[in-house]
Amino acid sequence: MEKHLFLGDEAIAQAAIDAGLSGVYAYPGTPSTEITEYIQGSAVAKERGIHCRWSANEKTAMEAALGMSYAGKRALCCMKHVGLNVAADCFMNAAMSGINGGMIIITADDPSMHSSQNEQDNRMFGNFAMIPMLEPSSQQEAYDMVYEGFELSEKLGYPVLVRITTRMAHSRAGVVTRAQKPENEMHTPEDGRQRFILLPALARKRFKTLIAAQDTFVASSEASSYNKYFDAPNKELGIITTGIAFNYLSENYPDGFEHPVLKISQYPLPRKMVEKIMSECKEILVLEEGYPVVEEQLKGFLGIGVTVHGRLDGTLQRDGELTPDAVGKALGKEIAGYYATPEVVEQRPPALCQGCGHRDVYEALNEVLAEYKGAKVFGDIGCYTLGALPPFRAIDTCIDMGASVTMAKGASDAGVFPAVSVIGDSTFTHSGMTGLLDCVNENTNITIVISDNETTAMTGGQDSAGTGRLESICAGIGVDPAHIRVMIPLKKNYEEMKTIIREEIEYKGVSVLIPRRECIQTLTRKKKASKK
Amino acid sequence: MKADIILSGVGGQGILSIAAVIGEAALKEGLYMKQAEVHGMSQRGGDVQSNLRLSDQPIASDLIPQGHADLIISLEPMEALRYLPYLKKDGWLVTNSQPFINIPNYPEMEKVNGELDKLPHKVVLDVEAIAKEVGSVRAANIVMLGAAAPFIGIEYDKIADGIRRIFGRKGEEIVEMNLKALKAGYDVAQSMQ
Repeated sequence: MEKHLFLGDEAIAQAAIDAGLSGVYAYPGTPSTEITEYIQGSAVAKERGIHCRWSANEKTAMEAALGMSYAGKRALCCMKHVGLNVAADCFMNAAMSGINGGMIIITADDPSMHSSQNEQDNRMFGNFAMIPMLEPSSQQEAYDMVYEGFELSEKLGYPVLVRITTRMAHSRAGVVTRAQKPENEMHTPEDGRQRFILLPALARKRFKTLIAAQDTFVASSEASSYNKYFDAPNKELGIITTGIAFNYLSENYPDGFEHPVLKISQYPLPRKMVEKIMSECKEILVLEEGYPVVEEQLKGFLGIGVTVHGRLDGTLQRDGELTPDAVGKALGKEIAGYYATPEVVEQRPPALCQGCGHRDVYEALNEVLAEYKGAKVFGDIGCYTLGALPPFRAIDTCIDMGASVTMAKGASDAGVFPAVSVIGDSTFTHSGMTGLLDCVNENTNITIVISDNETTAMTGGQDSAGTGRLESICAGIGVDPAHIRVMIPLKKNYEEMKTIIREEIEYKGVSVLIPRRECIQTLTRKKKASKK
Repeated sequence: MKADIILSGVGGQGILSIAAVIGEAALKEGLYMKQAEVHGMSQRGGDVQSNLRLSDQPIASDLIPQGHADLIISLEPMEALRYLPYLKKDGWLVTNSQPFINIPNYPEMEKVNGELDKLPHKVVLDVEAIAKEVGSVRAANIVMLGAAAPFIGIEYDKIADGIRRIFGRKGEEIVEMNLKALKAGYDVAQSMQ
């Protein structure tokens, strides 16, 4: 009997609460956002005072989570895949120090880039840091893994990386929950100074410890109930699955597996089980959601030995998420599609909402920049990225969080004029401030537009870290207050906006324009809530 | 029993609410369920879609394979057509007739309707008009659920119970409004058969 209908994200959140969580630290990022939102909405979490406010970015989030772990309590840190890039310095070095209170890091990857700049597979980060990883194949597994994960982390003494993807994070299924565990008492580590000070002399010892720990991690994988070997008669082929790929395989064999299957959901790879399937079967097919991580490990550079099929030899498409049909095709099965999508069906891309302040900003900016031949607009990540699409076609680049400021700086250094940045308020406090400091220190000729809608909009309207303080932050960093220009992006202010933009482009120094108007979505939600 | 259902439409039309009611009813029945959705584009007028799978046996894949969907429920006619490759040969399509035109190159309705006409099993109805008629303007999506009810494989009364549970905390008035919308959609669809 199924107890609750949970998204993968919700199952993880509930599991953490049930396992004695003391704090979750995160920055919004699809498809991980709902984990923290669930905890924020939980009555139990509120009662226990579980920390759950949004952090300024993933680096501050992970460092704070590590700090809570240092103090002996259980901490959760959540992010989307590219978020781990931001937190990588802490991530790599938390593997050196090890942890105290259990620490689980959730990476919610996005194969097929439904809402991301790339489809990086963060299992590679897990391998890079040499820490244990868990990759659930069902919402129930996701719950169980996180529920048991803090104890596993404490037993092994290292952070544990739990990797999910969009189709797990944003899919609902029945989950049975378990008994609530108490939180840890605060207790700092007795051997703290030996572990948590990574001066080279000490760090060298920690690295040797990490290397020695690998055998323990492998033993844990081999004993894990999440890694399972399914025997079957036809040993012409052996199939290895990771994470949710197991489901797509099962979908194609409703009456039972024809070939032996090794289901992997805990890393490092369970050596003995891998040896078994590779020695018993003539050829191997690896089904992974993401990069060919395991496939590459088993194939080796020269591909000598057992033939391994997967994304590298064309059996599966190299890029994009798996589907039950893609797996069926790889198994040589007929795909059942009967109807084709009619030609009349057009793309329906997302667009800025009617009435959005970003629209007014782009309209004014486009008109002014039309007067300048060499203008380039360096964009950033948020709703305003949609300004790249028609009718605005207003930005030239969008690479990573905060790059609007720093790429514009580099381009300006190279002679681009005018070099304009467009960044949101949340993205600015996430990673625009340090770039601004560089600009101020060099008096770069740059025009930065912080399009402030007082929220983190694209991910659903979470709190923005610098709301109400952007002007003072910029002045504090050293921008001349005479060149911090606030305006309200509305049609009636159009001429005034254009005048200000022109003035600040002409000013040969650092200008920060702050068009400010609350996001109409969050405004509407607030109004609805206050009516109740 | 098994029902593989694709729900589609444009962000903001209430597709996920339909899925929530069906899910609630399925859970009560002790059925297994998986429901995959793509978040984020709902506020911004992009196309939205959900894969909803119900069964009395454990379900493997969250995603429905092509040619396996028993039913497509759509709040927008062009969006209904987008997922045809997933519909099984004698599957049912239940769709709203009114287009949501928020792109410059939306096809002519004649062509869209032409494609819908080709299908052997379909129900096409104007859910907004029906909702207005019964005084439930904001429940057009539940009108659609009513029209699709016979094809879901869960009894109408159980779906109505699902509505009561999902909307219960919003008050009796809201529950009644949605139940009226459910019945209206059901009645119109039945009269078309």
